[in-house]
Amino acid sequence: MSDLTNLPIAAMRDGLNRKDFSAKELAEAHIRAVEGARTLNAFTVETPERALAAADAADKDFAAGTAKPLSGIPLGIKDLFCTEGVETSASSNILKGFVPQYESTISARLFADGAGMLGKLNLDEFAMGSSTETSACGDTINPWRAADGRNLVPGGSSGGSSTAVAARLVAGATGTDTGGSIRQPAAFTGITGFKPTYGRCSRWGTVAFASSLDQAGPMARDVRDCAILLQSMAGFDAKDSTSLELPVPDFEAALTGDLLGKRVGIPREYAIDNIPADITALWEAGRAMLRDAGAEIVDISLPHTKYALPTYYIIAPAEASSNLARYDGVRYGQRETPDGGNLIDMYEATRSAGFGDEVKRRIMIGTYVLSAGYYDAYYLQAQKVRTLIKRDFEQAFRECDVILTPTAPSAAFPLAEKMDDPVSMYLNDVFCVPASLAGLPAMSVPVGLNADGLPLGLQLIGDALDEEGLFNAGYALERAAGFSAQPEKWW
Amino acid sequence: MSNYRIEGETGEWEVVIGLEIHAQVTTKAKLFSGAATDFGAEPNTQVSLVDAAMPGMLPVINGEAVRQAVRTGVALNCEIHKWSRFDRKNYFYADLPQGYQISQFAHPIVGEGEILVEPEGGEPATIGIERIHLEQDAGKSIHDQSPEFSLVDLNRSGVALMEIVSKPDMRSPAEAGAYVRKLRSILRYVGSCDGNMDQGSMRADVNVSVRKPGGALGTRTECKNVNSVRFVEAAIAYEAQRQVEVLESGGTVNQETRLFDPARMETRPLRSKEEAHDYRYFPDPDLLPLVFDDAYVEECRKTLPELPDTKRMRYIEQLEISPYNAAVLTAEQETAAYFELLLNETALKQGKDAKDVGKAAANWVISDLFGALNSEGKSITESPISAAQGAELLALVADGTLSGRLAKDVFAIMLETGDDPGKIVEERGMKQVSDTGAIEAEIAKVLEANADKVDQYRGGKDKLFGFFVGQTMKATKGQANPAVVNELLKKALDG
Repeated sequence: MSDLTNLPIAAMRDGLNRKDFSAKELAEAHIRAVEGARTLNAFTVETPERALAAADAADKDFAAGTAKPLSGIPLGIKDLFCTEGVETSASSNILKGFVPQYESTISARLFADGAGMLGKLNLDEFAMGSSTETSACGDTINPWRAADGRNLVPGGSSGGSSTAVAARLVAGATGTDTGGSIRQPAAFTGITGFKPTYGRCSRWGTVAFASSLDQAGPMARDVRDCAILLQSMAGFDAKDSTSLELPVPDFEAALTGDLLGKRVGIPREYAIDNIPADITALWEAGRAMLRDAGAEIVDISLPHTKYALPTYYIIAPAEASSNLARYDGVRYGQRETPDGGNLIDMYEATRSAGFGDEVKRRIMIGTYVLSAGYYDAYYLQAQKVRTLIKRDFEQAFRECDVILTPTAPSAAFPLAEKMDDPVSMYLNDVFCVPASLAGLPAMSVPVGLNADGLPLGLQLIGDALDEEGLFNAGYALERAAGFSAQPEKWW
Repeated sequence: MSNYRIEGETGEWEVVIGLEIHAQVTTKAKLFSGAATDFGAEPNTQVSLVDAAMPGMLPVINGEAVRQAVRTGVALNCEIHKWSRFDRKNYFYADLPQGYQISQFAHPIVGEGEILVEPEGGEPATIGIERIHLEQDAGKSIHDQSPEFSLVDLNRSGVALMEIVSKPDMRSPAEAGAYVRKLRSILRYVGSCDGNMDQGSMRADVNVSVRKPGGALGTRTECKNVNSVRFVEAAIAYEAQRQVEVLESGGTVNQETRLFDPARMETRPLRSKEEAHDYRYFPDPDLLPLVFDDAYVEECRKTLPELPDTKRMRYIEQLEISPYNAAVLTAEQETAAYFELLLNETALKQGKDAKDVGKAAANWVISDLFGALNSEGKSITESPISAAQGAELLALVADGTLSGRLAKDVFAIMLETGDDPGKIVEERGMKQVSDTGAIEAEIAKVLEANADKVDQYRGGKDKLFGFFVGQTMKATKGQANPAVVNELLKKALDG
């Protein structure tokens, strides 16, 4: 790990501005790191030539004094974002070999601001999973290792992103979060992940999982880096009807660390059974840190919390079952044509071969809950509960400015441990899912290590559109926690 | 209400008909993408990334399609829903790239309304509109180009359709035909659909059931994509007869989708109930609900032209045109537009009120112009005679320049050459002669040459008057004003 790859984005930006090093040097250092970390399997595609091209352009811009906000910053792009001319598979066999003719709005904005792309990052297939083990591109390994040396999952679905950032392979990465897919992997790898308010980031060109929940966000070393990245990613996009037509505030300017007069809500319903003691202790410690930063700690209630996970596992699969219907073998991606078969045979063969087990499970769940005779009992009921969950938060935010909870109910777990037990896997997102259902901004900040030396994160949830307040609370927590641990390089 | 009945072995049966009309919205772009919608383009040349359902593509509503749906709803006296929503109708087919059609299932943009229809030779009837919703069209599967594969053309994929759903209010093929014709006429007036049934921009799903008069509703069948008024009527007649025969032979009518085969003029099952789809409708999470205010509806209303029923009443009441002629003139927007141009020009040229020239103008359009156009198989928009030229011809008759007979000759030349009537009269010297001196001179010659007949006439053979008129007209090459000829002849013969 070179000194250059260990810098946060803000420091890279300063160093490039001061010409302490060139964008080319920065890109080359990262390319070497990527090449040296293939054991971790963070990438589905490496694109060093793109990173170098962006670096050349950046160096010219720095020389001409026309540098952009992210000039020369080498990033990784989750392989759910369509990238023009670069294979985008969503880590699914059904999209293997698919090369988009278009650039997703999020990646286009980052590149327009000068960022380079080191490659596409692994994820759970179609972002369905919490460990990146459902990927058709193989498991991604968490750079943090268990005390006994066992390999751990990097969380998911943005596990390639979390691993790449934590292992210092990229300066920052894009993630997407449908029910915790940015926050949980961030917590598992000791980095910061930020999911903005639903609608802040355009979904155009991002392979859809569950449209009413999917939201892109940054994953980076620290809170400031997330603010810098989100500044470029966020903003109205006429091509996404659910995109918010609002000005984007200056996120970095909101980072004062001062929480005087702010109230931090502690939802009693998040104190669930079977949470490891070190996570409960971390949550306690988080409260003390925010109190020390000037905030008042208040108890709040989010009464419908326990229904959030089942609600999520109706709505998200329902939307997914429809969103994934387009992968039918007709126009792109995998196609299987059994001898003598007709159209239906082609669909069955293609989708049987192309989708993995978890994706099939969710398509079946989603199809079931939307079926005639079950729609009212499942989908409609879930939409009603979703409204109640939103209302819980609306009421809570009358009593507090930001909410503090654990990000995940455990630290990173060993590979394969939960793959045979979907429900236990789903429980990973129990703390993340409510904010997703309510469309609220939420982030995970690394706060400490557990007894095994593995990172743990705390989640902060903000009110709708209050990214500034949320960033600032995260910044205060980060400063108080002083988390600086890094995984030992073993790869 | 129609008293159309089918005579069965067990007595009379009544037919109950409901129609779902799919009307392609007149707009340059598709419902949720910017791709073009021109008819007859090369396959797969009007397809955007959204229409092909590439990964990550999102729909964005076409505001013009919304505007046209609201204008149509207002024109059909429908309730306008200021809050509506798009749903996904999920099913797999090769020409449905998304794997779902975006439609409005639960909350359509337009609600109930009604439309007055007058079947030829039948009683007028009010037919209820159940709803109008916006939805995407699918692409086209082509099965006859390759022995191994079906081909798919996505040009139509995503094209904006209005589905106009009637209530089951029609009771005869004629009523259904009149409904389709009237709806088509209104859509064309509004400009929200070109109504070209042969190009598929308007097609009907025909729901038919039979019952004993006044009894409970029977099981219905649906004939999909019927593409002419004549076929709609034929499909209903065939289907009603078939259902009566099924029921009377002790069978039951299956609720099924059927196909109308225009070659055999019959219907047959398209797919059976066993394959019935569960469409798993749910709100499309990629789209926000469609919301607008009263001011928007008002703006849409203001852009509507005068509609056929109102126009017809105005023709009858203000222009004193006969109800039949008024109906003919207003049935098609183009006819009415031609007529009104003609009317205004005519009034202007003759310095009269429109109502004083209305009848003459109407008669000329319907008898002379339509007669000529029909015999040449042309539509009013293809008329070789412009409205302004027609007005000029009428003015030449009104001011006595042309006699009725001369006018017909000039008209024939206009049809052939497209020349202005004034020019024709000038160049060919076809002016009517009203100069009494000139006519008197001709009369004198005629009387001199036919002295014997003059004596007979004066002896009481009144009928010979016509002979003298004819001879005088002949002598003046038809250009003499007949009224003047009459008057002068009377004077000369009767003294």
